[in-house]
Amino acid sequence: MILTGILLAVVGLGLVGWFVGRGRARLLYDGRGSMHSMPTYHGWHLALWIVVPALVVWTAWSAIQPGLVEGALMADPVAATLPADAMHRSAILAEAHMLANDPGASVFNAQSQALAAPLRAIVTRFSLIGALLVAIVAFAGGAYGFTRIRARFEARTQVERAVMGVLLLASLIAILTTFGIVASLVFEAGLFFKDVSPIAFLTGTHWSPGNARGADIAENFGAVPLFWGTIYIGAIIAMLVAIPLGLMSAVYLTQYASRSMRKWLKPILEILAGIPTVVYGYFAALTVAPLVRDFAASIGMQNPSTESALAAGLVMGVMIIPFVSSMADDALAAVPRAMSDGSLALGATRSETIKKVLLPAALPGIVAGVMLAISRAIGETMIVVMAAGAAANLSANPFASMTTVTFQIVQLLTGDQEFNSPKTLSAFALGLILFIVTLVLNIIALRVVKRFREAYE
Amino acid sequence: MTEPKLIARNVDVYYGEKKAIDNVSIDIDNGIVTAFIGPSGCGKSTFLRSLNRMNDTIAGAKVTGEILLDGEDIYAASMDPVALRARVGMVFQKPNPFPKSIYENIAYGPRIHGLAQGKAQMDEIVERALTKAGLWDEVKDRLSDAGTALSGGQQQRLCIARAIAVSPEVILMDEPCSALDPIATARIEELIDELKNSYAIVIVTHSMQQAARVSQRTAFFHLGNLVEYGETSQVFTTPREDRTKDYITGRYG
Repeated sequence: MILTGILLAVVGLGLVGWFVGRGRARLLYDGRGSMHSMPTYHGWHLALWIVVPALVVWTAWSAIQPGLVEGALMADPVAATLPADAMHRSAILAEAHMLANDPGASVFNAQSQALAAPLRAIVTRFSLIGALLVAIVAFAGGAYGFTRIRARFEARTQVERAVMGVLLLASLIAILTTFGIVASLVFEAGLFFKDVSPIAFLTGTHWSPGNARGADIAENFGAVPLFWGTIYIGAIIAMLVAIPLGLMSAVYLTQYASRSMRKWLKPILEILAGIPTVVYGYFAALTVAPLVRDFAASIGMQNPSTESALAAGLVMGVMIIPFVSSMADDALAAVPRAMSDGSLALGATRSETIKKVLLPAALPGIVAGVMLAISRAIGETMIVVMAAGAAANLSANPFASMTTVTFQIVQLLTGDQEFNSPKTLSAFALGLILFIVTLVLNIIALRVVKRFREAYE
Repeated sequence: MTEPKLIARNVDVYYGEKKAIDNVSIDIDNGIVTAFIGPSGCGKSTFLRSLNRMNDTIAGAKVTGEILLDGEDIYAASMDPVALRARVGMVFQKPNPFPKSIYENIAYGPRIHGLAQGKAQMDEIVERALTKAGLWDEVKDRLSDAGTALSGGQQQRLCIARAIAVSPEVILMDEPCSALDPIATARIEELIDELKNSYAIVIVTHSMQQAARVSQRTAFFHLGNLVEYGETSQVFTTPREDRTKDYITGRYG
């Protein structure tokens, strides 16, 4: 409570500092060119000197205070009565913290009542120390900042530097998060590969993690059927739908559509990309899958399943169309008009020009778009969860039920799970493989796009 | 006196509401080079593009009046713009070779129009076109290299060869040297001079020296009007119109 209060106070102080700094700087102003920086910059400079060091101290103190509190509590005579069992002990301490914050809270261990009062006193003591420290730093920073307000002082430069620092921090957070995700994936996958060898995992054809017990667990973690299902649905069936349709719509939109037609059609096509994947999922499961099943029955298949690779792949393909078409659209638009003019001036028809000049010239961009689309498709989850099924079949029959990496991850991690069994850990191994594959596809695609851009600029 | 190759009568060109060419009538003869000069935005390129219906590819462009190629109205419903452009070829301001090999750049047009039966005949067409464009000796050993790998001047001659390969009757050139250095320009000008015996050539240029060097007839455009049209020597030495005189003496433009 006290620490939250001091935080607000620091921000308030910063605000005051802004006005003080600006006001003070204004007094120095005596005509154009008399100051290096405008008064507002002096205001910002002072405010930053108040807020930033205080925030750093505040953050550091918030991090170390729990440890200090714990240490002080253990030194208290009441702590001697705590049980030695670590679990019991931490339960009591947790309850004591609850009571210290809210004396009316209901608790299970009577002992925590005795601890609550000294704990509250200790917390208050340390919070006050922290608040005092923060306040001292804020005032010290403010005083230093205030003394620097001079006509020739380069406050503007300093503030610009601070702005850059903030921007750098913002971008670092995103990057660090990515590293954190990768690290946790690698760590958990590493635990899994202790039990199951990577070779068995990557080459085995039998997947039934539910049966994995005892010494032969590795035999139940053959992920090939999952990789096959992922590729079959995401990279084959979906692309058979998305590439021709996306490409043709891009050609129509860039080459044939009138401006007003394009104005209407392009946003509508882009709406496809905005539909939540779960909506595609039930469209696949409730509308497309039964049609596919009936079709399978009509061509003489025995007992076709409702869940099929084809249903999931078709709908996924439709979902991916906007990706392919907008990348192809960009690639075609980037081909200089002189190219098509040159071809038309030789007496080529419009479709000859598109087929023989525009598409070959735009090919790298189109390929990149397709790769991004594939990486999107194989990472897609909801459609396959709802329409592709759970059976790890290794089959080329599009009417068969099939499963994908993403589907299995969902299944392995939903519900009650123990986080140390190979069954659960295998989800991280699958995630890691998926991550690596999509990463590689993305890198290749971006490289291709870059080289293509250079070719025309 | 033979019949003019191209005859334009009362041609107006509009871009949407804007009138870019106002009532232009001109006769263009075979066997000579006709130059269109005039300040930027005067409509000379627009008029050039209406001679092979390249304006059709620009949304909102409209041409009225009459343009006759060998007495045939090129804007008639019966005229196929694709067939027309095979007869009236075009070379653009910036060299625009296709991202294909040198050979394929030349073979593109003949292939579309089915001019060659078999590889041997195509080889012959490619060699002839490149020879006429004065490029054969420079590229004969590397026909499979990318057309875009050539220098700017070579690229432009490649584009001229590409236009020649479909055996057009007229070649339109839209500032063909504006992106080239003086040496490459001189090379193209020589080429134009050689080619004029076989084709009717129309060249749009910003450079009055170039018009004076390569053309036999000059048309001066200003603000969408054809101000003056005559023998090049007459236009440059004794212009009939004050506006022409002001332009060629560098008073404006």
